[in-house]
Amino acid sequence: MQPARTMKRYRSRTMINRFMLILTIGSTGVALIPLVLILSYVFQQGIGAWGVEFFTETYRPVTLGEGTVQVGGVLHAIVGTMIIVGVALLIAVPLGIMAGIYLAEYPGNRSSTIIRFCTDVLTAMPSIVVGVTAYILIVQRTQQFSALAGSIALVVLMVPIITRTTEEMLRLVPDASREAAVALGAPKWWTTLTVVIPMAFSGIVTGILLALARAAGETAPLLVTVLGNNNLAYSIFEPMQALPLLAYRYTEQPFTEMNDQAWGAALLLVVIVLITNISVRLATRKRLSR
Amino acid sequence: MVSETGATRQFIRMPDDQPAHLRVEGLTAYYGESMAIEPITLPIPRQQVTAIIGPSGCGKSTFLRSLNRLHETLPAARNEGNVWLDGEDIFDPEVDPIIVRRRIGMVFQQPNPLRGRTIAQNVTIGLELDGASKRECAEAVERSLRLTALWDEVKDRLNDPAIKLSGGQQQRLCLARSLAVEPEVILMDEPASALDPIATLRIEELVKQLASDYTIIIVTHNMQQAGRVSDHTVFMTLGDRGAGVVAEAGPTSEIFTTPANPKTEDYITGRYG
Repeated sequence: MQPARTMKRYRSRTMINRFMLILTIGSTGVALIPLVLILSYVFQQGIGAWGVEFFTETYRPVTLGEGTVQVGGVLHAIVGTMIIVGVALLIAVPLGIMAGIYLAEYPGNRSSTIIRFCTDVLTAMPSIVVGVTAYILIVQRTQQFSALAGSIALVVLMVPIITRTTEEMLRLVPDASREAAVALGAPKWWTTLTVVIPMAFSGIVTGILLALARAAGETAPLLVTVLGNNNLAYSIFEPMQALPLLAYRYTEQPFTEMNDQAWGAALLLVVIVLITNISVRLATRKRLSR
Repeated sequence: MVSETGATRQFIRMPDDQPAHLRVEGLTAYYGESMAIEPITLPIPRQQVTAIIGPSGCGKSTFLRSLNRLHETLPAARNEGNVWLDGEDIFDPEVDPIIVRRRIGMVFQQPNPLRGRTIAQNVTIGLELDGASKRECAEAVERSLRLTALWDEVKDRLNDPAIKLSGGQQQRLCLARSLAVEPEVILMDEPASALDPIATLRIEELVKQLASDYTIIIVTHNMQQAGRVSDHTVFMTLGDRGAGVVAEAGPTSEIFTTPANPKTEDYITGRYG
């Protein structure tokens, strides 16, 4: 038998351990409550709006006093989000990846330190600030609300995310792999392109998907740049509709049918972000097991 | 310090009767402001095996990595001095390190075949850079893999990922990869220290065979290995200023039986390091 003092301390240590465990589990539960509440509430409110018409029609004015209420759909917003985010992606991916390569492969010098700092500041930038900047620089100059202005605002939000994840992923590539190529007389660009990037590829894709999920859900920068549009628009030089924008605008409407559509659009956004996040998880898991 | 340098020179008995393949002259290496190796002056004989031995942290690897200008790729690292490769200074500002690394190949401590590449693709990295044809590549794959005694083991699975090979096979693949570009000198940085005894033996046999066509410089922690494979041995140690110095160099048989520097004797008999 152990001395009484040891047993006493042992008991109190076990108690503390149990208490801490309960505390952490409890905190996790509390943190999960809002997530579950939001998801279930959005689903409950939004699923009613979903129907064939919701995905295939565009805005239709609510007619008052008639027997049946026709509400149309949000196809224009779905297409708009795809175009706005797609254009943003086309610009942000090469910029972000190349900046990330620079930061990872030339880490020591002064300019990369400055770029890294700016990138971090930009990551924490409120999105409305980015939107207003795009408004002043693009919308005011061109005298035109446009999808392109919105895309560029989103680019500013996406590039830092892609840059930093690319940098982190490239840094995980062991130097031994770089040296293997360099010792064979490979120039730096060749080493980076054919050795370093392929090894970090799925990590870079993860960063792109995260940036995509963030951009798809942004409302503030779009409010002041793409404005919104009740019709299906394909030109990036014209105002366009987007899902988060539509959800925001429709909640302000007095018609319950439109409020319901806002819920439907919100649900669709949540689903898009969720799918993106799940694919990130899958891509990451594949990378770890390889 | 002058006297020490003088004393060191007296312990260098590398052969003078044949023209050296590599002539190292006052080569130093720095990490930032700190000197990693004191000026080394040393001839490296052609088509023979020169082993570099010495305690950990005495600059053996740094010295070796300076010889193909790999040292300078590290942040804030630089070299001073000259290394003459057949009368051409590899540190000449006109000389591109990429060309140097073609003529002076390297095998690392950890086998480092490139992931995501097949066995054959690993061999042809250097040739790919030259834009070699498919036939040239196929020929080089067979020739290099035969040279490293790997051909019979892998000829039926050349398109398998290289990382599926065992550690010893991977290391021989890395050797084949550097041989594929037909270098003149091969640097080996403890090539067998991550391998089991049998794989180690195979590497040692290869080193001895390859010495008939290549000049080989091999860093090793294992003195028995140096004794088995090398014609010449360079013993490095940490100098008074905290940087690596060559304490003694000469024919392996002499270094191991009648070392001139008492430090060498201490190290070889296991009293130091």
